[in-house]
Amino acid sequence: AVSTRAASALLVSGCADRPVRTREKCDLHRLEEGPPVRAELTREQGLQYYRTMQTVRRMELKADQLYKQKIIRGFCHLYDGQEACAAGIEAAINPSDHLITAYRAHGYTYTRGVSVKEILAELTGRRGGVAKGKGGSMHMYAPHFYGGNGIVGAQVPLGAGIALACQYQGNNQVCVTLYGDGAANQGQLFESYNMAALWKLPCIFICENNKYGMGTSVERAAASTDYYKRGDFIPGLRVDGMDVLCVREAAQFAADHCRAGKGPIIMELQTYRYHGHSMSDPGVSYRTREEIQEVRSKSDPISMLKERMLSHNMASVEEFKEIDIEIRKQVEEATQFATSDPEPPLEELCNHIFSNNPLLEVRGTNPWSKLKSVS
Amino acid sequence: MAASLRCFLRSGKNTVSALQRREFHRSAPAAVQMTVRDALNQAMDEELERDERVFLLGEEVAQYDGAYKVSRGLWKKYGDKRIIDTPISEMGFTGIAVGAAMAGLRPICEFMTFNFSMQAIDQIINSAAKTYYMSAGLQSVPIVFRGPNGASAGVAAQHSQCFAAWYGHCPGLKVVSPWNSEDAKGLLKSAIRDENPVVVLENELLYGVPFEMSEEAQSKDFTIPIGKAKIERQGNSVTLVAHSRYVGHCLDAAAVLAKEGIECEVINLRTIRPMDVESIETSVMKTNHLVTVEGGWPQFGVGAEICARIMEGPAFNYLDSPVTRVTGVDIPMPYAKILEDHSLPQVKDIIFSVKKTLNI
Repeated sequence: AVSTRAASALLVSGCADRPVRTREKCDLHRLEEGPPVRAELTREQGLQYYRTMQTVRRMELKADQLYKQKIIRGFCHLYDGQEACAAGIEAAINPSDHLITAYRAHGYTYTRGVSVKEILAELTGRRGGVAKGKGGSMHMYAPHFYGGNGIVGAQVPLGAGIALACQYQGNNQVCVTLYGDGAANQGQLFESYNMAALWKLPCIFICENNKYGMGTSVERAAASTDYYKRGDFIPGLRVDGMDVLCVREAAQFAADHCRAGKGPIIMELQTYRYHGHSMSDPGVSYRTREEIQEVRSKSDPISMLKERMLSHNMASVEEFKEIDIEIRKQVEEATQFATSDPEPPLEELCNHIFSNNPLLEVRGTNPWSKLKSVS
Repeated sequence: MAASLRCFLRSGKNTVSALQRREFHRSAPAAVQMTVRDALNQAMDEELERDERVFLLGEEVAQYDGAYKVSRGLWKKYGDKRIIDTPISEMGFTGIAVGAAMAGLRPICEFMTFNFSMQAIDQIINSAAKTYYMSAGLQSVPIVFRGPNGASAGVAAQHSQCFAAWYGHCPGLKVVSPWNSEDAKGLLKSAIRDENPVVVLENELLYGVPFEMSEEAQSKDFTIPIGKAKIERQGNSVTLVAHSRYVGHCLDAAAVLAKEGIECEVINLRTIRPMDVESIETSVMKTNHLVTVEGGWPQFGVGAEICARIMEGPAFNYLDSPVTRVTGVDIPMPYAKILEDHSLPQVKDIIFSVKKTLNI
C-alpha cells in the first residue's frame, strides 16, 4: 500500500531530544557559531543512512563470527557502535573529497565505495579481496580513500599532505583525516596541526573519541580530554557521534569552513565501540558490562535513527524489516564469496613491490629460490 | 684545486679523448666542469620545469636557498607554491609529503641530513615503501627523499651516520648513492621521474667538488637508470666496489697501485637497492678478487650484503681469496680530527686491503 509517509521532517539534530549523556553539547572552540541545531532529514536520506549503518553493523558482526571461526586472522578492529560517524561524514562530503583513517577502518572502506564482498574477502585473505588478500584488515584502499593505516597517528600527517595536494591542485576538495582518542596524544598530530594551520590546508581533523585507547580510558591518557581544543589555534567543535544527523551537520559545517579557505578545523565525535579494541580484547577488563549495555539501549545510532523516523511517520516497521532482511542476505552472499574464493596464487607473492617497473627478480627464502615481481 | 686536479686525472679515458678532440678541432671540448651541488640544483630545476606536479619541501629549502645551498635560486624562480619551507617537524612534514604523493603530486622531501630522517623513518618505510604492496597496486607513492648522508667533517656522532644499509634493507624502496656530478644529476632526475619512493643519499663533502659533465649529461633529458652500476676504471687484478665518496678513494688507490703493476677494476655502485650484483659478479669472474669499500659501519652493511650475494652466485667459484670489506670503524663518530680521520677508510687502508687480498 502506498503509505502516507512524511517526505521529510525538520528534526532537532541530536542534542536536546535524547536521554542525557553528560558530554553531548555541541561545544565550540574558537568558533563564533557552529553547525545548525536543526536539520532536515528526507525520507530518502533517512533510509539511506539506515541502510549504510545497518550494513556496516551486520558486516562487522559477521567479521566477529568469522574471526572466532579462525577464518579471519591477525588484527581485526571492529567498528560496531560507531556507524553514525562514518555514515554522517560520508553524507556531508562528496565522493571527490578525500578520506583517511586508522585501523578501525572497515566502516569507512564501505562508505567510500568498496563492496561488503570485497571487504570480507580481504579479511579472509582471498584473491577477490579489495587488496587481493595482501593487505588485510588494516590496509584497504579505494579511489580517494587512503586506508586503513596500522601505525597509530601516522595517518594524520598523510591526511594533511592529501589536503596540501587539494590546495596545490586548486580543486576545492577537502581531506577528512580521522584518528582516535589514543592517537590524539601523538606528537606528529601537533606537527600536522601546526603546518595545516600555517598553510591553511583544507583538512578536517576528526577525533573519534570512543573513550578508550585500547585498554586505557581517556582520563588515564590525556591531561586534557577536550580533544576538540587540542589543536589550540585551530577552531574546533565537539559533537555527539552517536547521532548521524549531528555528525552530518557538523561535517558539512567543517567542509564549508575548509572550502572557504579558512584553513583546517578539528571535530571531536563522541562515540562508543561495543567490541573491545580488537578481537583479542574482550573489552570488559577496563569498562563494565553495564556501561556497554547502557549505550546499546539508550544511544545506539541505528536504533535512534529508526525510532526517529518511525515517530515522525517517515517509514514503517515493515519497511525497516525488509531492509534488514535485504542486508542480511547481502552479507550472507558476501560471506559465501569470502569463504569460498581461493587464496591468492603463490606466483603473485612478490608482485606490486614497485609501480610501473620492469620485471624484477626477488630473492626467496633460500639462494636457489629466485622469484618474479611484476608491477 | 686539488680536487679538480684529481677529477681531471680520474677522468681517465675521457681526458684522453678530450685531448685528442682538442688536437683535431682546435676548440674547447663539449664537456664542462660542474660541482655536485650545481648538478643536483640543475636536476631539480629541470624537473620542476618539466612537470608542475613536482615540488620541493624541507627545512630552509626556500628562502635560505638550502642549508647547503643545493636549492639555491629555486624559490626565487618557482615561488612559495613549489618550494616550501617547513618548520622543524620531520615526522610531520615527511608524512605530509607522502600524503601529497598519494594524492597525485610528486614531492621531493629534503632532509637537512639523513640523521634527521630517523625521526621520520616510520613515514618513509611504513607509509611510503610498503603501500604499493599492501594495496596490491592500488596506491602508488611517487616521492623522493634526498639529502646529505654519512660523515661530514667534525660534526660528531649524531650527525655522521650512514643510512645506506638501513634504507637498503627495505623492499618497496629504491636507494641511490651518487658519487660525481653526472651521477648526481642523472640519478636525481630518474628518482623524480620514478613512480616509487626513492631515497637519494647525497654526500655533503662532495657538494663543492667539480667533476666533468659530458655534453650528454648537460641535456635536460639526461637520466641514469636506477639499478645499474658503472665501471669507472677497468682492470684485471682486483675488483673494488664502492658507493658515493669512496668511489673517489678507490680511484686514488687504483692510481697508486697501478705503479706497482696492480690494475684495479673500480665499480661505482650508483644504486644500493636494487643492487647491480651482476656487474660485480662479471668483474669478479675476471679479476678473482673483491674488495668492498664504504663509509658505513661493518655490521649488516653494504659490504656484508655484497659478500653474501657473491657467495650465493656464480662468482664464488672464481674467488682466489675471501672478499674483503673496508668500512668505517665500528664506533660512533668522534669529534677530534685525528680520531675522525681514523674512523673512516683512507686511501692507504684500501691499498693495504688490496695487497692483503692479493696476498702481496
